[in-house]
Amino acid sequence: MKKKVLTVDDSRTMREMVSFTLKGAGYEVVEANDGQHALTVLGSSKVDLVIADLNMPIMDGLTLIRKLRATPQYRTTPILMLTTEADDKKKAEGRAAGATGWIVKPFDPGKLISVVQKVCG
Amino acid sequence: MEDLQQFKQTYFDESGEFLAVAEAGLLRLAPGNVDLDEVNAIFRAVHSIKGGGGAFGFTELVAFAHEFETVMDGVRSSTVAVTAELVDTLIRANDVLAQLLTHAHDGTKPAPGFADPVVVALRRHAPLLADAAAESPASPSPSAAGAARPQTAARVVTVRFQPKADLLMSGNDPTYLLRALTHLGTAEIECDVGGLPTLAHLEPELLYLQWLVTLTTDARLADIQDVFEFVSDESLVQITDHGTAAVSRAPLTESPGGSPKIGATDLTPVTRGDLNTVAAAGAPPSQLTVYDSPAPAAAAEAKATPGKPSTAGEGGHPNLGNHTIRVDLDKIDRLVNMVGEMVITQAMVAEHVRDLPPGQFQELLEGLEQLAQHTRELRESVMSIRAQPVSSVFSRMPRLVRELGSETGKDVVLVTSGENTEVDKTVVENLVDPLTHMIRNSIDHGLETPEERIAAGKPRAGTVHLSAQHRSGRIVIEVADDGRGIDRPKVLQTAVRRGLVQPGVNLSDEEIDNLIFVPGFSTADKVSNISGRGVGMDVVRRNVSSLGGRIGVYSAPGQGSRFVLSLPLTLAVLDGMVISVGPERFVLPLTNIVESLRPKPADLHGLVNKCDVIMARGEYVRLVYLHQLFGIPGATGDATRGLVVLVETEDGGRLGLVVDEVLGQQQVVIKSLESNYRRLDGVAAATILGDGRVALILDVAGLQEMSQHARTPAPRQYTDASIQLSAL
Amino acid sequence: MSKPSSLATIGSIRGDVVAAANTNEEQYVTFTVGNEEYGVSILSVREIRGWTPESRLPNLPDYVRGVINLRGIIIPIFDLRARFGGGTTEVTKRHVVVVVQVAERVRGILVDAISDILAISRDQIKSPPMIETGMVDSQYLSGLFTAENRMVTLLDVARLFAVETGDDEYSNQRALISDRPH
Repeated sequence: MKKKVLTVDDSRTMREMVSFTLKGAGYEVVEANDGQHALTVLGSSKVDLVIADLNMPIMDGLTLIRKLRATPQYRTTPILMLTTEADDKKKAEGRAAGATGWIVKPFDPGKLISVVQKVCG
Repeated sequence: MEDLQQFKQTYFDESGEFLAVAEAGLLRLAPGNVDLDEVNAIFRAVHSIKGGGGAFGFTELVAFAHEFETVMDGVRSSTVAVTAELVDTLIRANDVLAQLLTHAHDGTKPAPGFADPVVVALRRHAPLLADAAAESPASPSPSAAGAARPQTAARVVTVRFQPKADLLMSGNDPTYLLRALTHLGTAEIECDVGGLPTLAHLEPELLYLQWLVTLTTDARLADIQDVFEFVSDESLVQITDHGTAAVSRAPLTESPGGSPKIGATDLTPVTRGDLNTVAAAGAPPSQLTVYDSPAPAAAAEAKATPGKPSTAGEGGHPNLGNHTIRVDLDKIDRLVNMVGEMVITQAMVAEHVRDLPPGQFQELLEGLEQLAQHTRELRESVMSIRAQPVSSVFSRMPRLVRELGSETGKDVVLVTSGENTEVDKTVVENLVDPLTHMIRNSIDHGLETPEERIAAGKPRAGTVHLSAQHRSGRIVIEVADDGRGIDRPKVLQTAVRRGLVQPGVNLSDEEIDNLIFVPGFSTADKVSNISGRGVGMDVVRRNVSSLGGRIGVYSAPGQGSRFVLSLPLTLAVLDGMVISVGPERFVLPLTNIVESLRPKPADLHGLVNKCDVIMARGEYVRLVYLHQLFGIPGATGDATRGLVVLVETEDGGRLGLVVDEVLGQQQVVIKSLESNYRRLDGVAAATILGDGRVALILDVAGLQEMSQHARTPAPRQYTDASIQLSAL
Repeated sequence: MSKPSSLATIGSIRGDVVAAANTNEEQYVTFTVGNEEYGVSILSVREIRGWTPESRLPNLPDYVRGVINLRGIIIPIFDLRARFGGGTTEVTKRHVVVVVQVAERVRGILVDAISDILAISRDQIKSPPMIETGMVDSQYLSGLFTAENRMVTLLDVARLFAVETGDDEYSNQRALISDRPH
């Protein structure tokens, strides 16, 4: 069974890059534009990993993480947040919200794959 | 990295949209008018451009976007005050960003230091943030993990990993971390189950295990640490480099009893959510069956969170909500054409069926009726795909107004309404030019200078109101200003001087106002900075009318003027009434038709100058004989034997068109007469009827104009001149 | 926007055909109107079709017959006899329409009958005699050719109905004309 990854980003470019990279590494990838959309997607299909941008309209990444952690089914699902800089404050906020880890943008495909493997195999 | 190059185009496309979002937001940003959502949207736009730019290595762009973003972040957190100067700087920053994107796209280098003035200005606005910005690395951060394996000699490293009990709650899974270690070399993994409590005290979601990994690897220590990047702050991770020396086993001192070894290859992926398995990893399988999945029933809850309809919207915001797809425009156009052909075929079938003997073929007729209905619905659905709010055009205007204001030294406030009015894409595209010219005209000629306004007892800032609305099946766009109005004596004087009007001719106020549309009136003596070309209002009117649209101006001296532009909602299909005059058939747009009637001789009244009027709906309406206007032989030419179709133009003018017969209502596909020929007075376009013959679609307002000019001699002079000029 | 490219296309097609035949020769479709014979470059002819009833256009000179539906596009039909002052053609089923394309515009020319396709080399084309200034008509005559005992008047389709087509097209026509090798 392929692992299924949800990439949540308001930037189409980012979604497509994440999606392309992970599909190449054998993952199944679904996409969402923002946190709210992600919840809709997650409501109808179960995923093994969520990669969420922090800055998004309608529902931002931190809110999404909190909501997922409050949902029994996604209490322990790995969630990676995408941040632009190695911003410790952002990381700490994310950790507090329940993020599993982070990916610093820009990432190269190898790094993305290795991080994903680290949290969902 | 090369793999990602294919996303460059997506990135540039998307960045274009982000720039537009940022610009629209910035143009609305003003001291005392700080909408946090909007500020966030601008921030995100810049942030996303920066994020993507980093992926492609556009370092200059990323560095600049970072400066821009930093200030936006300050605005967001209210640490940077919004001043008029700041807004200007931000708009300039957006321009610079656009240029940097263009350079990145073309693969060219911007002139050295070209962004510097704006960077300086940005930093001036955010002195507190500037230092942070300077420090923060704008170039891609080092991220070398799995990439190039560093040249370290193979050696033995032991890793002791003692995770915090609630590690699983953050979504981390020791199984995967351990497996990641195995990617770095050969690993021998021992699991210490000594921490396991008795069954009665075991919390299924807590982790009681710890591991010792003996890794033979050539990886750097940093790479090994990197594996535990996400867990190091809440777990004990001890990494000991034993050098190239022989393997020295360091058994877990704390481990009593036999610690079962798990070979690296034995690690099996664990299904997420099945916490029992994970928690007890390494424990004898027989014990696992005791614990059932603790908390299922989550899907329903997640589903219960309704997908909020996205607030897509103003200014062509790229986040088009939850369920949008992007479709190549060509595909939609092909669909529209196909539906067009289908409409013609359907009309053709309907025409043949009309000749069938009545009473028979009942089912066929019903089926065809349904088909007609479905065709209509299909057409509407297809057309609605292409419908766009005019906001995409309106959103470009604030910038124009701002630039014109500063160029002319006038204070201008732009008010817009009806941005969400939807029209077909073909129309939206054609709105930009006339709108630009209407607004330019209002600001250039309509609005007074602040001094003049104050002297006239008006507010210092002039107002330009841009609005859109649907009216009688058309879109009507108005540009109204509260300026001085059209200076009629001056306009008349100019027209006489240019030979457009005979001296001494008596023109009504409206006729004088409309002289500005006459070819040759505007000399286009100065090329505008705004659009880069000096185009007169005559060209605007000609372009508008070639689209089946009309433009007019209404003015009140001292109070302002109002340009009114009307266009059809689509340039593809229309609902029409087929009429006949002599051997010819024409189509009247249904939106223009009020009713049709056959007057009795007593209803007809002759007015001086051979003009007939009839009483219809409580008012006298002038009759226009289409066969006369168009010179068609063989027509009835008698309203009492033919029919009068009462039509109305969108500015409310009514006339009675005298025709021979009304043949029926039909959807017609609008075909251009101009693509192979040219525009004709009184004709909006052409179409193909069911029998394959061409019929002209009538332009009611055009007919009205023609009939007026045929009747009244006085204004004819200048109109003739204008016709001649436009025919050249 | 697309006009320059379409010019280029026409140019390249022309090049191919000319190269395939004789570099010095060009083919002309000739047709009759009354007793006279006219020719137009085969490269401008899209098709030749039988007469189908037209829909009239209002308030235009008599040589503008009207418009017809050519497989979904609407093209004007010009009556060549009327254009040369010979009165409106009384159409029969035998009359034909020569559909020509100039730049991107397609139009039909109503003639009596098709007579021939001639390969004419450039040096066989005689200049039309000097025509007094003011006779605008001379603009669309591109030359005269003698075939056996007949005189064929070669027409410049680009200019033939230029008066009827508006200003922007005229400049295109000029471009096309100057594009033409002489």
